[in-house]
Amino acid sequence: MIMSTVLAPSPHVRSSVTIETAMYGVIIALLPGALVGAYYFGLNALKVMAISIIACLAFEAMVLKIRGKDMSPLKDGSAILTGLLLAMNLPSNIPWWMTVVGALVAVGIGKQVYGGLGYNPFNPALVARVFLLISFPVAMTSWPVPKPLSFSLDTVTGATPLGEMKTSLLMEGNVGAAANMSLVDPLIGNMGGSLGEVGALALALGGIYLLVKKIISWHIPVSFLVTVFGMTGVYWLIDPVKYAPPTFHIVTGGLILGAFFMATDYVTSPITGKGMVIFGVGCGAITVFIRLFGGYPEGVSFAILLMNAATPIIDRYTRPRVFGYPTRKEART
Amino acid sequence: MANRFRGGVHPDDSKHTSTQAISGLQPAENLILSLSQHIGAPSRPEVSAGDRVLKYQPIASPGGFVSMSLHAPTSGTVKAVEPAPHPSGRFVTAIIIEPDGLDEVFDLTDKADPGLERGPEAWKEVIRDSGIVGMGGAAFPTHVKLSPPEDKPIDMIVANGVECEPYLTADHRLMLESPDEILGGLFLAMEMLGAKKAVVAIEANKPDAAEVMRKTDLPEGVSVEILPVMYPQGAEKQLIQALTGREVPTGGLPMDVGIVVQNVGTLAAMNHAVKEGRPMVDRIMTLGGSLPNGPGNYLVSIGTPLTHIVEQTGGFKGPASRLINGGPMMGQALAGLESPVTKGTSGLLAFGPGELRPLRQRACIRCGSCVSVCPASLMPHTLGNMAEFQLFDQLREFNISDCIECGSCAYVCPADRNMVQFIRHGKAELLAMVGK
Repeated sequence: MIMSTVLAPSPHVRSSVTIETAMYGVIIALLPGALVGAYYFGLNALKVMAISIIACLAFEAMVLKIRGKDMSPLKDGSAILTGLLLAMNLPSNIPWWMTVVGALVAVGIGKQVYGGLGYNPFNPALVARVFLLISFPVAMTSWPVPKPLSFSLDTVTGATPLGEMKTSLLMEGNVGAAANMSLVDPLIGNMGGSLGEVGALALALGGIYLLVKKIISWHIPVSFLVTVFGMTGVYWLIDPVKYAPPTFHIVTGGLILGAFFMATDYVTSPITGKGMVIFGVGCGAITVFIRLFGGYPEGVSFAILLMNAATPIIDRYTRPRVFGYPTRKEART
Repeated sequence: MANRFRGGVHPDDSKHTSTQAISGLQPAENLILSLSQHIGAPSRPEVSAGDRVLKYQPIASPGGFVSMSLHAPTSGTVKAVEPAPHPSGRFVTAIIIEPDGLDEVFDLTDKADPGLERGPEAWKEVIRDSGIVGMGGAAFPTHVKLSPPEDKPIDMIVANGVECEPYLTADHRLMLESPDEILGGLFLAMEMLGAKKAVVAIEANKPDAAEVMRKTDLPEGVSVEILPVMYPQGAEKQLIQALTGREVPTGGLPMDVGIVVQNVGTLAAMNHAVKEGRPMVDRIMTLGGSLPNGPGNYLVSIGTPLTHIVEQTGGFKGPASRLINGGPMMGQALAGLESPVTKGTSGLLAFGPGELRPLRQRACIRCGSCVSVCPASLMPHTLGNMAEFQLFDQLREFNISDCIECGSCAYVCPADRNMVQFIRHGKAELLAMVGK
């Protein structure tokens, strides 16, 4: 009557949530933002996304082969997600080979060198973005001017609103017109920038999807955004000539993409809710300091990478009190 | 009392057998009464091969304070005292009885009369001599729980009718069919421990049981609490937290916060022992999962081989690929059906190939799900990683001994990590290190 039974450890039932659920969930959540990018930057945008995803998958396969591992991680969605996130962090007119170099850095150096998914201390897509930004500053900061539904590969380049603001601040001593522009364009994506820097509304929609599906928790995005809003708000109240309004800071640059999709990366962010809030506040504060006082107009990627580095120590000091141990208050008395 | 315990998960409760009344089975040809079916020292056999034994006759005595006695479930001949199949998968010494079908009852009159008149101190002895252990699964000798030291006053008894493990419905049926026996046992426990208050804890997926218990003539100080469904609410420490907000201190017992928890089945067994002199020779168990042709709740003699139960209930629909002794969250996988029902056997579940999601264990992606569901507020992912990489000495720093092995972490893990297995391995390695 009995065939061969499996002697597996308990529990014998498991929830249906797997790594794939999370990875493909994030990819789905990125689609509205990616579509806005494609709408404004046309074929070029699609080209960058395709090259980035294919290159990430190819390098993942290559490194797995070199490491003598089986190819199953290719299907977990993490390489596709890294590719898509990297593309969202690039201007649409970037030379194709730079995208390929970025993919190699992301998957090779950002992830597989440490042992693959789960072991990487830094967000792979951001490692690649910062690598490209430092290596090819001109290509990485010449953003095409948006041209809805254009299928031409030729583009006119311009600056991002954050870049314009920084230039104006340096040249004229005030934040200039860009900082006080209507918020409609950045909300719908009609502005210069990387693919995932435009279309705050579409990106936020994806972020809300992640929250509703419980793929991410509120801790990081909320603490990140509130910190940026609060800090830039204080500076703006002090001196609206030198500082842009907080609403401007929220909808421009990579903040929405960063807060919902990059800072929330499981592997590189803290484990507990408390740790996540500290992480989000740190990301927000560093972003604001770089944007307001740093040399770069945008600081989201640097902020997240720096906080990635702080994650182990945050985890160490935010361990929950174990059941049955005295609370801090009880321990004092 | 609107507390909640920390963490927890929501597996599908799959209580398909909750409408099946408890029924008996034909006796088996052989009974395997293992000397190790409880927590503590093995029992000492008092009979040898060839002896005739009668129903309820003591056949093994406690091997220490935390141990228990065994009684013959029916009359028959002792065939052997030898290593026999055990749910753990090993062979463990057991008394094997061949029933004679007469069911002749042992004369209990030479033992002092059981009965209510004799008072709490005598009841404790009766319970100890009746071989009663916790029937929720852990099989901890009940008399130990009833003997707290003087400096630990007990103010409340909890009758645990939570039955949070999916599929299992034995406690549910007992509450529906024999509420008086449970309340009888609860009254005894209150008297023995001097507790003025008692709570019958039932999860919201058993509203009929709560209804029945409430309609029963509740002794003074006893109330029925309905708790929202959440695993592992039936775990003692979690149940106490849910009911009272009290946390049992690390390394401590419920008595440290003035509470004693007893499973409803255990309470009914205490009632039998004290009022009728009946020792623990049988128990109710659930036969469930997708394979059994006759799923249900059965009253079976301790020692009945599982094969017998399956055959008596119409066999399986097809080949089994997973057999579970107990519930799916904490139960043990069985290699076969040769092992017997023990005092801690709450159920037998059988599933066919492909029914349980195949697992693909990968590296932890640090999603934090395990940390948020851990009822002990541990960092299960860290414990799992450390045990995997053999950093055993660091496990203590992460409070490995506070893990109750409920499996909530592994249940939610998207990387299919066998956290409980890692943690058990880590605990065993630490024990071995202490031993050296």
